[in-house]
Amino acid sequence: MPYANFCLVCRGTACESSKADQLYDEIKLQVAANSLSDQVQVLRTGCFGFCEQGPIVKVLPDEAFYVQVSPDDAEELVHEHLLKGRPVERLIYREPGVHALGNIEQISFYQKQFRIVLRNCGFIDPENIEEYIAREGYVGLERCLSELSPDDVIRELEDSGLRGRGGGGFPTWKKWKFTKDVQADQKYIVVNADEGDPGAYMDRSILEGDPHSIIESMVIAGYTTGADTGYVYVRAEYPLAIKRLQTALAQAEEYGLLGDNILGTDFSFRIEIRLGAGAFVCGEETALLLSIQGERGMPVQRPPYPAVKGLWGKPTVINNVETMAAIPAILTKGGKWFAKVGTETSKGTKVFALTGKVRNSGLIEVPMGIKLRDIVYNIGGGIPGDKKFKAVQSGGPSGGMISYENLDTEIDYETLTALGSMMGSGGLIVMDEDDSMVDVARFYLEFTAEESCGKCVPCRVGGKQILHLLEKIASGNGTMEDIKRIEEIGETMKTTSLCGLGKTAPNPALSALRFFRQEFMDAIPPEVREDAV
Amino acid sequence: MAQKKMTLEELRKLREDKKHSVEVRDTGSKTVEITVGMGTSGIASGAKETLKTLVAELEKHQLTHVAVRQSGGLGLEHAEPTMEVRMPDMPTVIYGQVSPEIVRRIVSHHIIGHELVDEHIYDRPAADILDAGDHPIVDGE
Repeated sequence: MPYANFCLVCRGTACESSKADQLYDEIKLQVAANSLSDQVQVLRTGCFGFCEQGPIVKVLPDEAFYVQVSPDDAEELVHEHLLKGRPVERLIYREPGVHALGNIEQISFYQKQFRIVLRNCGFIDPENIEEYIAREGYVGLERCLSELSPDDVIRELEDSGLRGRGGGGFPTWKKWKFTKDVQADQKYIVVNADEGDPGAYMDRSILEGDPHSIIESMVIAGYTTGADTGYVYVRAEYPLAIKRLQTALAQAEEYGLLGDNILGTDFSFRIEIRLGAGAFVCGEETALLLSIQGERGMPVQRPPYPAVKGLWGKPTVINNVETMAAIPAILTKGGKWFAKVGTETSKGTKVFALTGKVRNSGLIEVPMGIKLRDIVYNIGGGIPGDKKFKAVQSGGPSGGMISYENLDTEIDYETLTALGSMMGSGGLIVMDEDDSMVDVARFYLEFTAEESCGKCVPCRVGGKQILHLLEKIASGNGTMEDIKRIEEIGETMKTTSLCGLGKTAPNPALSALRFFRQEFMDAIPPEVREDAV
Repeated sequence: MAQKKMTLEELRKLREDKKHSVEVRDTGSKTVEITVGMGTSGIASGAKETLKTLVAELEKHQLTHVAVRQSGGLGLEHAEPTMEVRMPDMPTVIYGQVSPEIVRRIVSHHIIGHELVDEHIYDRPAADILDAGDHPIVDGE
């Protein structure tokens, strides 16, 4: 018996922490109490992205978008809307300044978004493999095992222009090709889910909301490169993501999509989960691989790159969660389809975690090349309290500040790097006129100084010294000399650090100095300030 | 029930079987809208059966572009159960006395065949209700 109505309850971490789990139970109970169980399907889904307004409940096909729903609202919601067909207006999201009750397509938060990676988040039940399969899930794998050769897969990826979404932006097809072309008795596939940037949670949401997309692309990667084993390295602080992934792995195996003789062919692949203990540096690929091996997570010199010599010295493809999540869609719809979206050098979409001083914070997916202004003002709904926009911090502790003058920059890997920031994992923190840039820089340096593994001198000593100088300036004891020294040390760190952590750690301080130098000058006591600098 | 490991062929079949149950949620792809009057008198006259049959028929014909909505009484209590059908290139009509048998005819004739089921047309939606969104009295406080 098919259902007539669908009640989708967000069960991402953000909504769960506002009692979405109780809400879900209560709605189920009320649906049963009103004899609606054969008519209304109540579903647990992944993140809708509009976390600011959680817990979120969406009722279909009416497209009623309920926000901030509490377990106490369940009775009214079920009785009024699902039984009697009268939407509960007080719980429906109203956009500020818009008179009518909005359905989801009219909400500005969603209008400029384009969902490829998050296509299933907030739409399917992540704990039910058949829902994923019904949404063209495992079509990519099916094509691989029936019609595409490994070279065909690499060609599709090349056509797609997909680049690493972990921040570096290395073309994915090249990585896969390197590993494929190496002769070895054993190869590995690793997915980096050690999401560490403060405020970033795109990988968590994908694992929670659509875990099979990661499993599917790992099996595809194994098929393409000749690997038979994969690891997902996920931080232990993500219990829900881990649980959903475990459920998904068990189901995939049960359905013959993982394990021995996948889909009746002679291809076999297995996946294991490895938990990270929360060290930021373990997001760096060489440190991550050592951590999987059970050793202390410290970066090692590259080359050789993991693609050639990785886990236990064997060729290893290592990709970020978001990169992997795009691959099933690319193999289903074709690389050329994916490449239609985006800019000349950066194709497809990017997921950002939009936080800070914006009305609508949450998880968004936008085409590459979108203007920052659109993100902050249209999707984000602008700055609360009529405050003035000051900057966006992108790329987390590795990124930098983007100021008002650059709001119309079309975002891609190259433009962000040119601004002294970087794509990073996709954190976007909006700041208003009340935020002190000296403080923001200090916050990030505190973070990276603490997370430095201590192996190389530039990062271990340099980070600490910049932090010390920033603290000195913030407390009103700085000198002009200190500003110059921050820049000197920063440049040295950038060029001489061993890994990405040290190379990018000074970015928040350097870009703050580049765009908001006056603020640092103002923090220096007038008696020691020289106008010459 | 233990799931047996699938072959390529079985995966394709499972996907075909399950596709409708998930796609029916995707409101972005809907072009046809059917509203079933689920007021008290509608339910008393069998609107629940009407709704169930409708949903089952849509699945049978794999019509994922049809959105099924429920509302209160459409104001035609003498003709319950009632059903309003909106779709491109067809006049919007309200059908009355829609038994499961009539539902099947509406789906095959109206939705698929673009042909009205004449003897069950009872009304058209009133213009004032249609435009209520920007009506000065409704809208202006």
